[in-house]
Amino acid sequence: MPGIRNFTLVIRGERRERDPSMTATSSAIGGRLNRDSDDLLVVEDLKTHFEVPAGMVKAVDGVSFSLGRGRTLGVVGESGSGKTVLSRTLMNLNLGSNVHSSGSAIFEGRQLVGVKPKQLRDLWGLDIAMVFQDPMTSLNPVVKVGRQVTEHIRKHLGVSKAEARETAIQLLRSVRIPEAESRFEAYPHELSGGMRQRVSIAIALACGPKLLLADEPTTALDVTVQHQILNLLAQQRRERNMAMVLVTHDLGVVAGRTDEIAVMYAGRIVEKASTKVLFSDVRHPYTEALLRSIPKTSNRNHTRLAAIAGRPPDLINPPSGCKFSPRCPYAQPKCFEEEPPEVNAFEDHLFSCHYPVGTEENKAAWDRNLAAGRPETVAVATGSVSEVDIRAKGEEILADLTTSEGAD
Amino acid sequence: MAGTGKAHLRDEGDTIMRVEDLVVEFPVGRNAKVHAVSGISIDLAQGETLGLVGESGCGKSTTAKAMIQLPPPTAGTVKFNGTDLTKLSGEALRQTRTDLQIIFQDPISSLNPRRKVGEVVAEPLNVWGPHDEAEQIAKVDAMLEAVGIDPAVARPKHAHEFSGGQCQRISIARALVLEPQVIICDEPVSALDVSVQAQILNLLEDLKAKYELTLVFIAHDLAVVKNISDRVAVMYLGKMCEVSEANDLYERPAHPYTRLLVDSSPQPDPFVEIDDMTEVNSELPSPITPPSGCRFRTRCDLATELCERVEPQMRKVADDHYVACHFPLLPVIEEAPFAEADGATDRSSDS
Ligand SMILES: Nc1ncnc2c1ncn2[C@@H]1O[C@H](COP(=O)(O)OP(=O)(O)OP(=O)(O)O)[C@@H](O)[C@H]1O
Ligand SMILES: Nc1ncnc2c1ncn2[C@@H]1O[C@H](COP(=O)(O)OP(=O)(O)OP(=O)(O)O)[C@@H](O)[C@H]1O
Ligand code: SF4
Ligand code: SF4
Ligand SMILES: [Mg+2]
Ligand SMILES: [Mg+2]
Repeated sequence: MPGIRNFTLVIRGERRERDPSMTATSSAIGGRLNRDSDDLLVVEDLKTHFEVPAGMVKAVDGVSFSLGRGRTLGVVGESGSGKTVLSRTLMNLNLGSNVHSSGSAIFEGRQLVGVKPKQLRDLWGLDIAMVFQDPMTSLNPVVKVGRQVTEHIRKHLGVSKAEARETAIQLLRSVRIPEAESRFEAYPHELSGGMRQRVSIAIALACGPKLLLADEPTTALDVTVQHQILNLLAQQRRERNMAMVLVTHDLGVVAGRTDEIAVMYAGRIVEKASTKVLFSDVRHPYTEALLRSIPKTSNRNHTRLAAIAGRPPDLINPPSGCKFSPRCPYAQPKCFEEEPPEVNAFEDHLFSCHYPVGTEENKAAWDRNLAAGRPETVAVATGSVSEVDIRAKGEEILADLTTSEGAD
Repeated sequence: MAGTGKAHLRDEGDTIMRVEDLVVEFPVGRNAKVHAVSGISIDLAQGETLGLVGESGCGKSTTAKAMIQLPPPTAGTVKFNGTDLTKLSGEALRQTRTDLQIIFQDPISSLNPRRKVGEVVAEPLNVWGPHDEAEQIAKVDAMLEAVGIDPAVARPKHAHEFSGGQCQRISIARALVLEPQVIICDEPVSALDVSVQAQILNLLEDLKAKYELTLVFIAHDLAVVKNISDRVAVMYLGKMCEVSEANDLYERPAHPYTRLLVDSSPQPDPFVEIDDMTEVNSELPSPITPPSGCRFRTRCDLATELCERVEPQMRKVADDHYVACHFPLLPVIEEAPFAEADGATDRSSDS
């Protein structure tokens, strides 16, 4: 799209002039900044807990990662694993008195955690923007979409009405809204879901953010619309060298669209690696289970899926030791007692597991569990889905093992 | 005006359900109507799983509901074991309910939260019998066990005490308790987490084999539909585009719309290159004033004046693979019997 690049530069230049304090480092933690000047965002031991009558919900429980300029991080994990709470914590959006956040998230030298939202107001919508699953959460249903875009531009950039309109139309065009001028007068409900999401993306991109947090931006949309929105984000990201955190439960969405992937389980990152490495050299049993449980169009029909046994963990009283242990087919006594430390295998492939996939120890753990008829292991081995069935199959395996041992 | 043809329908003796020229319209405002389903024909063979895919609003749920007369269609016939359900009413229609069951997307809201799981699953039995309590409990327990839930634990609990995946198992148990022949699954896994989705898909496969069920499986996720289906029908704006054996459909889509769907589906494989520069037109035309001729033409790269004027008919491109397109991506091997095509050719054979 010709023009859009220049237009961003102009805006950014203008904004800098208006607010020179922008680059000042107000609350940088000593030394961190210099360690890796390429990092736009450095998150360390981030925690967000919610106090509820039953106890403390440990929604995000010690997350660390860093993100370079222009890089894309995919965050995946099952429902309730803390993906949304993580992105909302980074946006300082967890308002409410029952919230306890700790740890640190430093964006260009500025601390995002534990500071008053007021102090960060100049960042939001400007340097950091967010796109939500439901575009209606960021759009006002009773205001025409054109005005919503222009108001955002005027509020942050202080340009004239006419200039804002010009810019807004250009933006709507850049997000491929056909007949942008006439759509200007439409209310959000008069647009399709995909179109609304494009408008909210236009608003998010309006001030040329350096970081975009996209929380399930395409989950509610049809595949063709999803494809288009993801393409749009990729193009805009390239053109603007914008970094992005793409949160989704869909491994298909992050596979071709991210540099790195972090897999979350029970409020923690259990594995993180470059996207290609994660898919080809998976080490954490939960990641492996996630990858095996999704149907693929490249498989024949009726391919048996490997379902993950059990239920998501209780975040108030999480399992002791490794939080995945009650569902893990490889779990050993050590797993129930000791929380596995995070190890960095090589080239920033991080994971936390006592018996990582692909190792001899892992294979031995599997054999032991199968021989003992551990239900979670039998379920994966046989593809059984019913508890009764799993019990029966477990006994069968046991019987087989005993007879074959007897025969020796 | 012709529908999109019936070349894909099989011999009536080989099928248990046969839908012909199904039309469903909903009045909106003054004089306007939503053309939700416009002349669809499809059949079901005993024991097969038919997948229905297409974008939101293309009429998948409306088709499925019309098959069980909820509500009856505006026009067309729905033959079940030789009887046209659209001609039945009152008690005779009610009797078919035991054979045709439907499961919905949202498991939690489709179960009554104030009742115990045992009662929820027994609900259909209260209407249809047996009424004997011991017999009912035995049936309920057998079904809960079949869907992988411990009956002793679950029966006295309320539905809201269960997770989404467990609720979907419970609603499957309720659908099974009358021993139906056909179960229509309307997006049964769309609201579930990926890990739970796999359990339900595997469960449906097991139950299908165990109870010799015939399934209609609706979803917008192409990979999910392929995984569970024997045959897949692709719908677009109230019309049928392509009907095929599942594997062939994905390997060799013959309809431009099917190809667009297949190409747009995210692949959980980072080594598959994504072309993110090609623009796809993702805007669906209005179902109130659908395009003339081929309804896909406003988004189709191959559209010509013929597509605007003449509605394409189903034609055969391979064994058990049919497409309704004037310029299909595979050569046509058999013309439609009543094709009104003037000058229609397939692209692959003229090149
Ligand atoms: N305000 C709150 N009070 C109490 N618990 C909360 C609050 N917000 C979130 N939680 C809990 O925190 C956990 C993590 O939720 P989160 O929304 O981050 O999950 P998610 O990974 O985004 O899941 P999904 O895929 O369903 O969007 C959940 O157990 C949720 O119930
Ligand atoms: N009761 C109704 N009154 C008016 N219009 C309706 C009604 N039910 C469905 N429609 C319309 O009929 C069309 C087909 O809807 P249907 O629900 O069958 O689509 P679908 O393919 O199941 O979509 P989804 O994937 O969103 O469930 C849509 O345009 C819808 O808005
Ligand atoms: S630490 Fe143990 S329980 Fe946890 S994922 Fe690894 S093997 Fe499984
Ligand atoms: S080529 Fe013509 S008939 Fe075929 S899908 Fe395109 S518009 Fe329809
Ligand atoms: Mg979320
Ligand atoms: Mg539907």
